[in-house]
Amino acid sequence: MVVSEAPPRAASGPGRRVGAVLFRHPALRLALMLLPAVLWLGGLYIGSLGILLTYSLYRLQEFTGLVVRDVGLSTYALLWQPANREIVVRTVAMAASVTVACAVLAFPVAYYMARYATLRMRTLLYLVVIMPLWSSYLVRSIAWRAILAGEGLLPWVLDRLGLDGLLRLALQAPLVGGPSLVQSKLSLFIVFTYLWLPFMILPVHAALERVPGSLLEASADMGARPRTTFRRVVLPLAKPGVVAGSIFTFSLTLGDFILPQIFGTSEFFLGQMVYTQVGVAGNLPLGAAFTFVAMAIMLVYLGAARRAGAFEAL
Amino acid sequence: MRTTSTPRAGLGLRIATFLVVAFLYVPLLVMILYAFTTQTAAFTFPPPGLTTRWWSIALGNERMWEALRLSLVVAGVSTTASIVIGGLLAAAVYRARFAGRDALAFLVVLPIALPGIVTGIALRSTFAQLELGFSTWSLVVGHTTFCIVIVYNNVVARLRRMSPSLAEASSDLGASGWQTFRHVVMPNLATAVLAGAILAFALSFDEIIVTTFVAGQQQTLPIYIFSILFRPRQKPVVNVVALVAIAITFVPVLVAQLLTREEGGHVR
Repeated sequence: MVVSEAPPRAASGPGRRVGAVLFRHPALRLALMLLPAVLWLGGLYIGSLGILLTYSLYRLQEFTGLVVRDVGLSTYALLWQPANREIVVRTVAMAASVTVACAVLAFPVAYYMARYATLRMRTLLYLVVIMPLWSSYLVRSIAWRAILAGEGLLPWVLDRLGLDGLLRLALQAPLVGGPSLVQSKLSLFIVFTYLWLPFMILPVHAALERVPGSLLEASADMGARPRTTFRRVVLPLAKPGVVAGSIFTFSLTLGDFILPQIFGTSEFFLGQMVYTQVGVAGNLPLGAAFTFVAMAIMLVYLGAARRAGAFEAL
Repeated sequence: MRTTSTPRAGLGLRIATFLVVAFLYVPLLVMILYAFTTQTAAFTFPPPGLTTRWWSIALGNERMWEALRLSLVVAGVSTTASIVIGGLLAAAVYRARFAGRDALAFLVVLPIALPGIVTGIALRSTFAQLELGFSTWSLVVGHTTFCIVIVYNNVVARLRRMSPSLAEASSDLGASGWQTFRHVVMPNLATAVLAGAILAFALSFDEIIVTTFVAGQQQTLPIYIFSILFRPRQKPVVNVVALVAIAITFVPVLVAQLLTREEGGHVR
Protein backbone atom coordinates (compact mmCIF):
# COMPACT_ATOMS: atom_id res chain seq x y z
CA MET A 1 0.00 0.00 0.00
CA VAL A 2 1.28 3.42 -0.92
CA VAL A 3 0.18 6.54 0.87
CA SER A 4 1.81 9.73 -0.30
CA GLU A 5 3.21 11.70 2.61
CA ALA A 6 1.67 14.85 4.08
CA PRO A 7 -1.53 15.63 2.19
CA PRO A 8 -1.59 19.39 1.64
CA ARG A 9 -4.02 21.67 3.44
CA ALA A 10 -7.30 22.26 1.70
CA ALA A 11 -6.46 24.54 -1.16
CA SER A 12 -8.96 26.70 -2.96
CA GLY A 13 -9.08 26.77 -6.73
CA PRO A 14 -11.47 26.00 -9.57
CA GLY A 15 -10.43 22.34 -9.73
CA ARG A 16 -11.02 21.93 -6.04
CA ARG A 17 -14.40 23.61 -6.20
CA VAL A 18 -15.53 21.23 -8.97
CA GLY A 19 -14.27 18.36 -6.84
CA ALA A 20 -16.25 19.63 -3.85
CA VAL A 21 -19.46 19.97 -5.88
CA LEU A 22 -19.05 16.45 -7.22
CA PHE A 23 -18.33 15.14 -3.74
CA ARG A 24 -21.57 16.64 -2.41
CA HIS A 25 -23.62 15.19 -5.29
CA PRO A 26 -22.76 11.50 -5.54
CA ALA A 27 -25.49 10.82 -8.13
CA LEU A 28 -24.12 13.49 -10.44
CA ARG A 29 -20.60 12.16 -9.96
CA LEU A 30 -21.72 8.60 -10.69
CA ALA A 31 -23.55 9.72 -13.83
CA LEU A 32 -20.47 11.55 -15.10
CA MET A 33 -18.24 8.56 -14.42
CA LEU A 34 -20.59 6.21 -16.25
CA LEU A 35 -21.37 8.48 -19.17
CA PRO A 36 -18.37 7.67 -21.44
CA ALA A 37 -18.76 3.89 -21.03
CA VAL A 38 -22.53 4.01 -21.50
CA LEU A 39 -22.18 6.11 -24.66
CA TRP A 40 -19.43 3.93 -26.07
CA LEU A 41 -20.62 0.44 -25.15
CA GLY A 42 -24.35 0.98 -24.86
CA GLY A 43 -24.60 3.42 -27.76
CA LEU A 44 -21.87 2.75 -30.28
CA TYR A 45 -21.26 -0.97 -29.66
CA ILE A 46 -24.81 -2.17 -29.08
CA GLY A 47 -26.01 0.23 -31.78
CA SER A 48 -23.54 -1.33 -34.21
CA LEU A 49 -24.74 -4.82 -33.36
CA GLY A 50 -28.27 -3.57 -34.06
CA ILE A 51 -27.24 -2.16 -37.43
CA LEU A 52 -25.50 -5.47 -38.19
CA LEU A 53 -28.73 -7.29 -37.38
CA THR A 54 -30.61 -4.99 -39.74
CA TYR A 55 -28.12 -5.67 -42.53
CA SER A 56 -28.56 -9.43 -42.08
CA LEU A 57 -32.27 -8.93 -42.81
CA TYR A 58 -31.50 -7.10 -46.08
CA ARG A 59 -30.52 -9.03 -49.18
CA LEU A 60 -28.23 -8.69 -52.16
CA GLN A 61 -29.80 -8.14 -55.57
CA GLU A 62 -27.98 -10.80 -57.59
CA PHE A 63 -27.80 -9.04 -60.98
CA THR A 64 -26.82 -5.56 -59.80
CA GLY A 65 -24.78 -6.65 -56.77
CA LEU A 66 -26.47 -3.91 -54.74
CA VAL A 67 -27.91 -4.27 -51.27
CA VAL A 68 -31.71 -4.20 -51.34
CA ARG A 69 -33.04 -2.68 -48.12
CA ASP A 70 -36.15 -4.84 -47.76
CA VAL A 71 -36.50 -6.55 -44.43
CA GLY A 72 -36.89 -10.32 -44.73
CA LEU A 73 -35.31 -13.66 -43.98
CA SER A 74 -34.17 -14.52 -47.52
CA THR A 75 -30.47 -14.09 -46.62
CA TYR A 76 -30.81 -16.45 -43.66
CA ALA A 77 -32.46 -18.97 -46.02
CA LEU A 78 -29.20 -18.99 -48.01
CA LEU A 79 -27.44 -20.39 -44.94
CA TRP A 80 -29.38 -23.63 -45.46
CA GLN A 81 -27.69 -24.27 -48.78
CA PRO A 82 -25.54 -27.41 -48.36
CA ALA A 83 -22.26 -25.56 -49.09
CA ASN A 84 -22.96 -22.97 -46.40
CA ARG A 85 -24.14 -25.56 -43.89
CA GLU A 86 -20.92 -27.48 -44.45
CA ILE A 87 -18.90 -24.37 -43.62
CA VAL A 88 -20.66 -24.06 -40.26
CA VAL A 89 -20.25 -27.76 -39.45
CA ARG A 90 -16.56 -27.73 -40.49
CA THR A 91 -15.84 -24.67 -38.35
CA VAL A 92 -17.62 -26.04 -35.27
CA ALA A 93 -15.78 -29.37 -35.67
CA MET A 94 -12.44 -27.55 -35.86
CA ALA A 95 -13.28 -25.39 -32.83
CA ALA A 96 -14.30 -28.49 -30.85
CA SER A 97 -11.15 -30.48 -31.76
CA VAL A 98 -8.89 -27.52 -30.95
CA THR A 99 -10.66 -27.10 -27.60
CA VAL A 100 -10.14 -30.77 -26.69
CA ALA A 101 -6.46 -30.65 -27.71
CA CYS A 102 -5.92 -27.47 -25.67
CA ALA A 103 -7.56 -29.05 -22.61
CA VAL A 104 -5.35 -32.16 -22.86
CA LEU A 105 -2.14 -30.14 -23.32
CA ALA A 106 -3.05 -27.55 -20.67
CA PHE A 107 -3.66 -30.06 -17.92
CA PRO A 108 -0.10 -31.23 -17.12
CA VAL A 109 1.28 -27.66 -17.03
CA ALA A 110 -1.60 -26.35 -14.92
CA TYR A 111 -1.40 -29.34 -12.56
CA TYR A 112 2.34 -29.05 -12.16
CA MET A 113 2.09 -25.30 -11.49
CA ALA A 114 -0.71 -25.69 -8.94
CA ARG A 115 0.57 -28.71 -7.03
CA TYR A 116 4.32 -29.08 -7.31
CA ALA A 117 6.08 -25.92 -8.49
CA THR A 118 7.99 -23.81 -5.98
CA LEU A 119 6.95 -20.17 -5.71
CA ARG A 120 9.79 -19.06 -8.00
CA MET A 121 9.04 -21.77 -10.53
CA ARG A 122 5.33 -20.93 -10.45
CA THR A 123 6.00 -17.25 -11.15
CA LEU A 124 8.32 -18.21 -14.00
CA LEU A 125 5.83 -20.63 -15.54
CA TYR A 126 3.06 -18.06 -15.13
CA LEU A 127 5.09 -15.54 -17.15
CA VAL A 128 6.06 -18.22 -19.70
CA VAL A 129 2.38 -19.01 -20.23
CA ILE A 130 1.03 -15.46 -20.21
CA MET A 131 3.64 -13.74 -22.41
CA PRO A 132 2.44 -15.40 -25.66
CA LEU A 133 -1.08 -14.11 -24.94
CA TRP A 134 0.17 -10.58 -25.30
CA SER A 135 2.48 -11.15 -28.26
CA SER A 136 1.27 -10.71 -31.79
CA TYR A 137 -1.07 -13.51 -32.81
CA LEU A 138 -0.11 -13.02 -36.45
CA VAL A 139 3.60 -13.26 -35.66
CA ARG A 140 3.06 -16.44 -33.65
CA SER A 141 1.20 -18.07 -36.53
CA ILE A 142 3.80 -17.02 -39.08
CA ALA A 143 6.43 -18.72 -36.92
CA TRP A 144 4.92 -22.07 -37.91
CA ARG A 145 5.49 -21.60 -41.63
CA ALA A 146 9.14 -22.61 -41.35
CA ILE A 147 8.29 -25.62 -39.18
CA LEU A 148 5.53 -27.01 -41.40
CA ALA A 149 7.19 -26.21 -44.76
CA GLY A 150 7.79 -29.15 -47.11
CA GLU A 151 11.49 -29.33 -46.22
CA GLY A 152 11.01 -27.61 -42.86
CA LEU A 153 11.76 -28.60 -39.29
CA LEU A 154 8.86 -30.98 -38.60
CA PRO A 155 9.31 -33.14 -41.73
CA TRP A 156 13.08 -33.16 -40.99
CA VAL A 157 12.53 -34.38 -37.43
CA LEU A 158 9.99 -37.03 -38.51
CA ASP A 159 12.40 -38.18 -41.21
CA ARG A 160 15.22 -38.60 -38.66
CA LEU A 161 12.87 -40.57 -36.43
CA GLY A 162 11.84 -42.76 -39.35
CA LEU A 163 8.26 -41.53 -39.07
CA ASP A 164 8.01 -39.81 -42.48
CA GLY A 165 5.63 -42.57 -43.63
CA LEU A 166 3.25 -41.51 -40.87
CA LEU A 167 3.20 -37.95 -42.18
CA ARG A 168 2.45 -39.12 -45.75
CA LEU A 169 -0.35 -41.29 -44.36
CA ALA A 170 -1.83 -38.37 -42.41
CA LEU A 171 -1.79 -36.13 -45.49
CA GLN A 172 -3.73 -38.73 -47.48
CA ALA A 173 -6.32 -39.17 -44.72
CA PRO A 174 -9.74 -37.79 -45.72
CA LEU A 175 -10.52 -35.37 -42.87
CA VAL A 176 -7.11 -34.07 -41.79
CA GLY A 177 -5.12 -34.29 -45.04
CA GLY A 178 -4.32 -31.98 -47.91
CA PRO A 179 -1.90 -31.58 -50.82
CA SER A 180 1.00 -30.60 -48.51
CA LEU A 181 1.56 -30.19 -44.80
CA VAL A 182 1.04 -26.42 -44.88
CA GLN A 183 -2.08 -26.91 -47.02
CA SER A 184 -3.68 -29.49 -44.73
CA LYS A 185 -6.30 -29.25 -42.00
CA LEU A 186 -3.79 -30.98 -39.74
CA SER A 187 -1.48 -27.95 -39.78
CA LEU A 188 -4.42 -25.58 -39.24
CA PHE A 189 -5.40 -27.66 -36.21
CA ILE A 190 -1.83 -27.66 -34.83
CA VAL A 191 -1.40 -23.89 -35.15
CA PHE A 192 -4.85 -23.09 -33.70
CA THR A 193 -4.01 -25.31 -30.72
CA TYR A 194 -0.67 -23.58 -30.31
CA LEU A 195 -2.22 -20.11 -30.48
CA TRP A 196 -5.01 -20.63 -27.94
CA LEU A 197 -3.27 -22.99 -25.49
CA PRO A 198 -2.37 -20.28 -22.92
CA PHE A 199 -6.05 -19.26 -22.75
CA MET A 200 -6.74 -22.78 -21.46
CA ILE A 201 -3.76 -23.18 -19.11
CA LEU A 202 -4.56 -20.07 -17.03
CA PRO A 203 -8.16 -20.87 -15.98
CA VAL A 204 -7.36 -24.56 -15.43
CA HIS A 205 -4.47 -23.52 -13.20
CA ALA A 206 -6.71 -21.06 -11.34
CA ALA A 207 -9.28 -23.82 -10.73
CA LEU A 208 -6.65 -26.33 -9.55
CA GLU A 209 -4.99 -23.81 -7.27
CA ARG A 210 -8.20 -23.53 -5.28
CA VAL A 211 -8.20 -27.27 -4.50
CA PRO A 212 -6.78 -27.65 -0.98
CA GLY A 213 -3.97 -30.19 -0.70
CA SER A 214 -5.70 -31.64 2.37
CA LEU A 215 -8.52 -32.79 0.12
CA LEU A 216 -6.13 -34.99 -1.84
CA GLU A 217 -4.55 -36.26 1.37
CA ALA A 218 -7.98 -37.08 2.75
CA SER A 219 -8.76 -39.04 -0.39
CA ALA A 220 -5.50 -40.97 -0.04
CA ASP A 221 -6.07 -41.53 3.70
CA MET A 222 -9.39 -43.10 2.94
CA GLY A 223 -7.65 -45.58 0.71
CA ALA A 224 -8.06 -44.12 -2.78
CA ARG A 225 -5.18 -44.85 -5.11
CA PRO A 226 -3.59 -41.80 -6.84
CA ARG A 227 -5.37 -42.67 -10.08
CA THR A 228 -8.74 -42.78 -8.31
CA THR A 229 -8.07 -39.49 -6.49
CA PHE A 230 -7.17 -37.88 -9.79
CA ARG A 231 -10.27 -39.15 -11.56
CA ARG A 232 -12.79 -38.65 -8.77
CA VAL A 233 -11.44 -35.55 -7.00
CA VAL A 234 -9.04 -33.52 -9.18
CA LEU A 235 -10.82 -33.81 -12.54
CA PRO A 236 -14.29 -32.78 -11.29
CA LEU A 237 -12.80 -29.77 -9.50
CA ALA A 238 -10.82 -28.78 -12.60
CA LYS A 239 -13.89 -28.93 -14.82
CA PRO A 240 -15.08 -25.30 -14.32
CA GLY A 241 -11.57 -24.13 -15.31
CA VAL A 242 -11.56 -26.27 -18.44
CA VAL A 243 -15.00 -24.98 -19.41
CA ALA A 244 -13.89 -21.38 -18.78
CA GLY A 245 -10.82 -21.89 -20.99
CA SER A 246 -12.91 -23.55 -23.66
CA ILE A 247 -14.96 -20.36 -24.04
CA PHE A 248 -11.83 -18.68 -25.38
CA THR A 249 -10.50 -21.58 -27.48
CA PHE A 250 -13.94 -22.14 -29.01
CA SER A 251 -14.83 -18.50 -29.64
CA LEU A 252 -11.43 -17.59 -31.06
CA THR A 253 -11.43 -20.52 -33.52
CA LEU A 254 -15.00 -19.83 -34.54
CA GLY A 255 -14.38 -16.31 -35.79
CA ASP A 256 -10.85 -16.52 -37.12
CA PHE A 257 -10.28 -15.70 -40.78
CA ILE A 258 -6.53 -15.04 -40.81
CA LEU A 259 -5.13 -18.50 -40.03
CA PRO A 260 -7.21 -20.42 -42.63
CA GLN A 261 -5.63 -18.13 -45.24
CA ILE A 262 -2.11 -19.10 -44.17
CA PHE A 263 -2.67 -22.79 -43.40
CA GLY A 264 -5.17 -25.41 -44.45
CA THR A 265 -7.02 -26.50 -47.57
CA SER A 266 -9.07 -24.31 -49.90
CA GLU A 267 -12.22 -25.25 -47.98
CA PHE A 268 -13.75 -22.24 -46.25
CA PHE A 269 -14.25 -21.61 -42.55
CA LEU A 270 -16.94 -19.39 -41.06
CA GLY A 271 -14.78 -16.37 -40.35
CA GLN A 272 -13.26 -16.58 -43.82
CA MET A 273 -16.73 -16.66 -45.34
CA VAL A 274 -17.72 -13.49 -43.46
CA TYR A 275 -14.49 -11.80 -44.53
CA THR A 276 -14.92 -12.79 -48.19
CA GLN A 277 -18.59 -11.81 -48.33
CA VAL A 278 -17.94 -8.41 -46.76
CA GLY A 279 -14.54 -7.54 -48.16
CA VAL A 280 -14.45 -9.15 -51.61
CA ALA A 281 -18.04 -9.93 -52.67
CA GLY A 282 -19.56 -6.78 -51.15
CA ASN A 283 -22.36 -8.91 -49.72
CA LEU A 284 -22.72 -7.37 -46.28
CA PRO A 285 -26.13 -9.05 -45.66
CA LEU A 286 -24.76 -12.59 -46.10
CA GLY A 287 -21.63 -11.74 -44.07
CA ALA A 288 -23.87 -10.36 -41.32
CA ALA A 289 -26.07 -13.47 -41.36
CA PHE A 290 -23.00 -15.69 -40.98
CA THR A 291 -21.81 -13.52 -38.10
CA PHE A 292 -25.09 -14.09 -36.31
CA VAL A 293 -24.65 -17.84 -36.74
CA ALA A 294 -21.30 -17.51 -34.94
CA MET A 295 -22.92 -15.34 -32.25
CA ALA A 296 -25.80 -17.78 -31.79
CA ILE A 297 -23.39 -20.70 -31.40
CA MET A 298 -21.37 -18.71 -28.85
CA LEU A 299 -24.47 -17.69 -26.87
CA VAL A 300 -25.62 -21.31 -26.65
CA TYR A 301 -22.09 -22.24 -25.60
CA LEU A 302 -21.92 -19.48 -22.99
CA GLY A 303 -25.26 -20.59 -21.58
CA ALA A 304 -24.00 -24.16 -21.23
CA ALA A 305 -20.71 -22.93 -19.74
CA ARG A 306 -22.58 -20.86 -17.20
CA ARG A 307 -24.52 -23.91 -16.05
CA ALA A 308 -21.21 -25.78 -15.70
CA GLY A 309 -20.02 -23.08 -13.29
CA ALA A 310 -17.40 -21.64 -15.62
CA PHE A 311 -18.12 -18.00 -14.82
CA GLU A 312 -16.97 -18.41 -11.25
CA ALA A 313 -13.68 -19.82 -12.56
CA LEU A 314 -12.91 -16.92 -14.90
CA MET B 1 -3.62 -26.90 -4.03
CA ARG B 2 -0.58 -27.09 -1.81
CA THR B 3 0.04 -29.88 0.63
CA THR B 4 1.89 -29.30 3.87
CA SER B 5 4.93 -31.15 2.58
CA THR B 6 5.26 -30.27 -1.10
CA PRO B 7 5.59 -33.60 -2.88
CA ARG B 8 7.83 -34.09 -5.87
CA ALA B 9 6.21 -34.34 -9.28
CA GLY B 10 6.46 -37.62 -11.13
CA LEU B 11 8.88 -37.86 -14.05
CA GLY B 12 6.05 -38.18 -16.55
CA LEU B 13 4.40 -34.95 -15.37
CA ARG B 14 7.68 -33.06 -15.45
CA ILE B 15 8.44 -34.24 -18.99
CA ALA B 16 4.90 -33.36 -20.14
CA THR B 17 5.18 -29.86 -18.63
CA PHE B 18 8.54 -29.35 -20.31
CA LEU B 19 7.22 -30.51 -23.69
CA VAL B 20 4.22 -28.16 -23.55
CA VAL B 21 6.45 -25.21 -22.65
CA ALA B 22 8.73 -26.18 -25.56
CA PHE B 23 5.66 -26.32 -27.83
CA LEU B 24 4.94 -22.70 -26.82
CA TYR B 25 8.44 -21.37 -27.48
CA VAL B 26 10.22 -23.47 -30.14
CA PRO B 27 8.26 -21.81 -32.98
CA LEU B 28 9.57 -18.39 -31.95
CA LEU B 29 13.15 -19.69 -31.89
CA VAL B 30 12.65 -21.18 -35.34
CA MET B 31 11.32 -17.85 -36.58
CA ILE B 32 14.42 -16.05 -35.31
CA LEU B 33 16.60 -18.61 -37.10
CA TYR B 34 14.78 -18.09 -40.41
CA ALA B 35 15.17 -14.32 -40.25
CA PHE B 36 18.81 -15.08 -41.14
CA THR B 37 18.55 -17.87 -43.71
CA THR B 38 20.21 -17.35 -47.12
CA GLN B 39 17.27 -18.92 -48.98
CA THR B 40 14.83 -16.52 -50.59
CA ALA B 41 11.83 -18.74 -51.31
CA ALA B 42 11.95 -21.79 -49.04
CA PHE B 43 12.38 -22.76 -45.39
CA THR B 44 14.69 -25.78 -45.65
CA PHE B 45 15.89 -27.25 -42.36
CA PRO B 46 18.69 -26.88 -41.52
CA PRO B 47 19.16 -23.50 -43.28
CA PRO B 48 21.92 -23.76 -45.91
CA GLY B 49 23.57 -20.55 -44.71
CA LEU B 50 23.07 -17.43 -42.63
CA THR B 51 22.97 -13.76 -43.66
CA THR B 52 21.85 -10.43 -42.21
CA ARG B 53 20.82 -8.89 -45.52
CA TRP B 54 17.06 -9.37 -44.90
CA TRP B 55 17.37 -6.99 -41.96
CA SER B 56 18.64 -4.13 -44.11
CA ILE B 57 15.99 -4.84 -46.77
CA ALA B 58 13.17 -4.94 -44.19
CA LEU B 59 14.34 -1.93 -42.18
CA GLY B 60 15.03 0.09 -45.33
CA ASN B 61 11.43 -0.22 -46.45
CA GLU B 62 9.48 3.04 -46.21
CA ARG B 63 6.08 1.30 -46.04
CA MET B 64 7.17 -0.71 -43.02
CA TRP B 65 7.94 2.50 -41.12
CA GLU B 66 4.66 4.11 -42.20
CA ALA B 67 2.74 1.07 -40.98
CA LEU B 68 4.67 1.10 -37.71
CA ARG B 69 3.92 4.79 -37.22
CA LEU B 70 0.18 4.29 -37.84
CA SER B 71 0.11 1.35 -35.41
CA LEU B 72 1.81 3.40 -32.70
CA VAL B 73 -0.55 6.36 -33.17
CA VAL B 74 -3.68 4.19 -33.12
CA ALA B 75 -2.47 2.22 -30.09
CA GLY B 76 -1.54 5.44 -28.25
CA VAL B 77 -4.85 7.21 -28.83
CA SER B 78 -6.96 4.07 -28.19
CA THR B 79 -5.09 3.41 -24.95
CA THR B 80 -5.65 6.98 -23.74
CA ALA B 81 -9.37 6.75 -24.49
CA SER B 82 -9.53 3.34 -22.77
CA ILE B 83 -7.88 4.67 -19.62
CA VAL B 84 -10.53 7.39 -19.31
CA ILE B 85 -13.54 5.22 -20.17
CA GLY B 86 -12.39 1.98 -18.52
CA GLY B 87 -10.92 3.65 -15.43
CA LEU B 88 -14.03 5.71 -14.69
CA LEU B 89 -16.28 2.71 -15.31
CA ALA B 90 -14.23 0.52 -12.96
CA ALA B 91 -14.41 3.11 -10.18
CA ALA B 92 -18.16 3.58 -10.67
CA VAL B 93 -18.95 -0.12 -10.80
CA TYR B 94 -16.84 -0.78 -7.73
CA ARG B 95 -18.17 2.00 -5.51
CA ALA B 96 -21.86 2.21 -6.27
CA ARG B 97 -24.89 -0.01 -6.65
CA PHE B 98 -27.15 1.21 -9.42
CA ALA B 99 -29.68 -0.16 -11.89
CA GLY B 100 -28.01 -1.84 -14.84
CA ARG B 101 -24.69 -2.30 -13.03
CA ASP B 102 -24.43 -6.01 -13.81
CA ALA B 103 -25.53 -5.41 -17.40
CA LEU B 104 -22.77 -2.82 -17.83
CA ALA B 105 -20.15 -5.11 -16.28
CA PHE B 106 -21.21 -7.79 -18.77
CA LEU B 107 -21.35 -5.37 -21.70
CA VAL B 108 -17.75 -4.26 -21.17
CA VAL B 109 -16.48 -7.85 -21.60
CA LEU B 110 -18.61 -8.58 -24.65
CA PRO B 111 -16.21 -7.18 -27.30
CA ILE B 112 -13.55 -9.74 -26.31
CA ALA B 113 -15.92 -12.58 -25.29
CA LEU B 114 -17.53 -12.63 -28.73
CA PRO B 115 -15.36 -13.52 -31.74
CA GLY B 116 -13.43 -10.42 -32.89
CA ILE B 117 -15.05 -10.66 -36.27
CA VAL B 118 -18.40 -9.68 -34.69
CA THR B 119 -17.03 -6.37 -33.40
CA GLY B 120 -15.27 -5.77 -36.71
CA ILE B 121 -18.19 -6.31 -39.03
CA ALA B 122 -20.65 -4.57 -36.66
CA LEU B 123 -18.55 -1.39 -36.62
CA ARG B 124 -18.03 -1.65 -40.35
CA SER B 125 -21.78 -1.77 -40.99
CA THR B 126 -22.19 1.29 -38.78
CA PHE B 127 -19.59 3.17 -40.80
CA ALA B 128 -21.33 2.03 -44.00
CA GLN B 129 -24.74 3.07 -42.62
CA LEU B 130 -23.51 6.51 -41.55
CA GLU B 131 -21.50 6.81 -44.79
CA LEU B 132 -18.33 7.56 -42.89
CA GLY B 133 -15.03 6.81 -44.58
CA PHE B 134 -12.11 4.92 -43.07
CA SER B 135 -9.38 6.90 -41.34
CA THR B 136 -7.11 6.82 -38.33
CA TRP B 137 -10.27 7.58 -36.36
CA SER B 138 -12.18 4.53 -37.57
CA LEU B 139 -9.22 2.45 -36.39
CA VAL B 140 -9.20 4.24 -33.03
CA VAL B 141 -12.94 3.61 -32.59
CA GLY B 142 -12.50 -0.09 -33.36
CA HIS B 143 -9.51 -0.56 -31.07
CA THR B 144 -10.90 1.44 -28.14
CA THR B 145 -13.98 -0.81 -28.15
CA PHE B 146 -11.96 -3.88 -27.20
CA CYS B 147 -9.27 -2.06 -25.15
CA ILE B 148 -11.69 -0.59 -22.56
CA VAL B 149 -12.12 -3.98 -20.90
CA ILE B 150 -8.36 -4.42 -20.44
CA VAL B 151 -7.97 -1.25 -18.36
CA TYR B 152 -11.29 -1.95 -16.63
CA ASN B 153 -10.26 -5.48 -15.58
CA ASN B 154 -6.93 -4.35 -14.16
CA VAL B 155 -8.39 -1.45 -12.18
CA VAL B 156 -11.31 -3.50 -10.83
CA ALA B 157 -8.93 -6.27 -9.70
CA ARG B 158 -6.82 -3.71 -7.81
CA LEU B 159 -9.85 -2.00 -6.23
CA ARG B 160 -11.09 -5.38 -4.96
CA ARG B 161 -7.74 -5.98 -3.27
CA MET B 162 -7.59 -2.53 -1.68
CA SER B 163 -8.83 -2.46 1.87
CA PRO B 164 -11.87 -0.14 2.22
CA SER B 165 -10.63 0.84 5.69
CA LEU B 166 -7.80 2.76 4.01
CA ALA B 167 -10.17 5.30 2.49
CA GLU B 168 -12.23 5.36 5.70
CA ALA B 169 -9.12 6.12 7.74
CA SER B 170 -8.37 8.97 5.37
CA SER B 171 -11.78 10.59 5.87
CA ASP B 172 -11.64 9.98 9.62
CA LEU B 173 -8.44 11.98 9.63
CA GLY B 174 -10.31 14.85 7.99
CA ALA B 175 -9.47 14.46 4.32
CA SER B 176 -12.12 15.53 1.84
CA GLY B 177 -13.40 13.04 -0.72
CA TRP B 178 -11.20 14.56 -3.37
CA GLN B 179 -8.13 14.52 -1.10
CA THR B 180 -8.73 10.87 -0.26
CA PHE B 181 -8.97 10.04 -3.93
CA ARG B 182 -5.93 12.13 -4.88
CA HIS B 183 -3.58 11.09 -2.07
CA VAL B 184 -4.75 7.63 -1.02
CA VAL B 185 -6.71 5.88 -3.77
CA MET B 186 -4.79 7.13 -6.80
CA PRO B 187 -1.28 6.17 -5.64
CA ASN B 188 -2.57 2.66 -4.98
CA LEU B 189 -4.27 2.43 -8.36
CA ALA B 190 -1.40 3.90 -10.37
CA THR B 191 0.43 0.66 -11.16
CA ALA B 192 -2.83 -1.11 -12.06
CA VAL B 193 -3.74 1.68 -14.48
CA LEU B 194 -0.21 1.57 -15.92
CA ALA B 195 -0.34 -2.21 -16.36
CA GLY B 196 -3.78 -1.98 -17.95
CA ALA B 197 -2.56 0.75 -20.27
CA ILE B 198 0.49 -1.27 -21.38
CA LEU B 199 -1.62 -4.35 -22.06
CA ALA B 200 -4.26 -2.34 -23.92
CA PHE B 201 -1.47 -0.77 -25.98
CA ALA B 202 0.00 -4.19 -26.80
CA LEU B 203 -3.40 -5.61 -27.72
CA SER B 204 -4.14 -2.69 -30.03
CA PHE B 205 -0.65 -2.78 -31.54
CA ASP B 206 -1.01 -6.47 -32.50
CA GLU B 207 -4.69 -6.60 -33.44
CA ILE B 208 -5.60 -7.67 -36.98
CA ILE B 209 -9.16 -9.10 -36.96
CA VAL B 210 -11.18 -5.98 -36.07
CA THR B 211 -8.52 -3.85 -37.77
CA THR B 212 -9.12 -5.51 -41.15
CA PHE B 213 -12.75 -4.39 -41.11
CA VAL B 214 -12.20 -0.76 -40.07
CA ALA B 215 -8.91 0.03 -41.84
CA GLY B 216 -10.03 0.61 -45.43
CA GLN B 217 -6.83 1.05 -47.47
CA GLN B 218 -4.67 1.93 -44.46
CA GLN B 219 -1.95 -0.43 -43.29
CA THR B 220 -1.16 -0.99 -39.64
CA LEU B 221 1.93 -3.07 -38.92
CA PRO B 222 0.05 -6.41 -38.65
CA ILE B 223 -1.83 -5.66 -41.87
CA TYR B 224 1.45 -4.77 -43.58
CA ILE B 225 2.98 -8.06 -42.37
CA PHE B 226 -0.03 -9.97 -43.68
CA SER B 227 0.19 -8.18 -47.02
CA ILE B 228 3.81 -9.26 -47.62
CA LEU B 229 3.21 -12.79 -46.31
CA PHE B 230 2.37 -14.35 -49.66
CA ARG B 231 5.12 -12.79 -51.73
CA PRO B 232 7.06 -15.66 -53.27
CA ARG B 233 10.48 -13.94 -52.98
CA GLN B 234 12.29 -12.52 -49.94
CA LYS B 235 10.37 -14.75 -47.53
CA PRO B 236 12.74 -14.07 -44.58
CA VAL B 237 11.81 -10.34 -44.70
CA VAL B 238 8.45 -11.26 -43.13
CA ASN B 239 10.27 -12.92 -40.24
CA VAL B 240 12.37 -9.80 -39.68
CA VAL B 241 9.35 -7.47 -39.55
CA ALA B 242 7.52 -9.98 -37.34
CA LEU B 243 10.43 -9.97 -34.89
CA VAL B 244 10.42 -6.16 -34.85
CA ALA B 245 6.69 -6.23 -34.03
CA ILE B 246 7.13 -8.71 -31.20
CA ALA B 247 10.19 -6.94 -29.77
CA ILE B 248 8.34 -3.62 -29.40
CA THR B 249 5.76 -4.98 -26.96
CA PHE B 250 7.76 -7.71 -25.19
CA VAL B 251 9.51 -5.74 -22.42
CA PRO B 252 6.56 -3.41 -21.59
CA VAL B 253 4.20 -6.40 -21.33
CA LEU B 254 6.66 -8.20 -19.07
CA VAL B 255 6.72 -5.11 -16.82
CA ALA B 256 2.92 -4.98 -16.80
CA GLN B 257 2.70 -8.62 -15.76
CA LEU B 258 5.14 -8.09 -12.90
CA LEU B 259 3.19 -5.03 -11.71
CA THR B 260 -0.04 -7.00 -11.37
CA ARG B 261 1.33 -10.44 -10.55
CA GLU B 262 -0.62 -10.98 -7.32
CA GLU B 263 -3.86 -10.23 -9.12
CA GLY B 264 -3.18 -12.98 -11.68
CA GLY B 265 -5.67 -15.58 -12.70
CA HIS B 266 -7.81 -13.36 -14.88
CA VAL B 267 -7.44 -14.13 -18.55
CA ARG B 268 -7.09 -10.84 -20.42
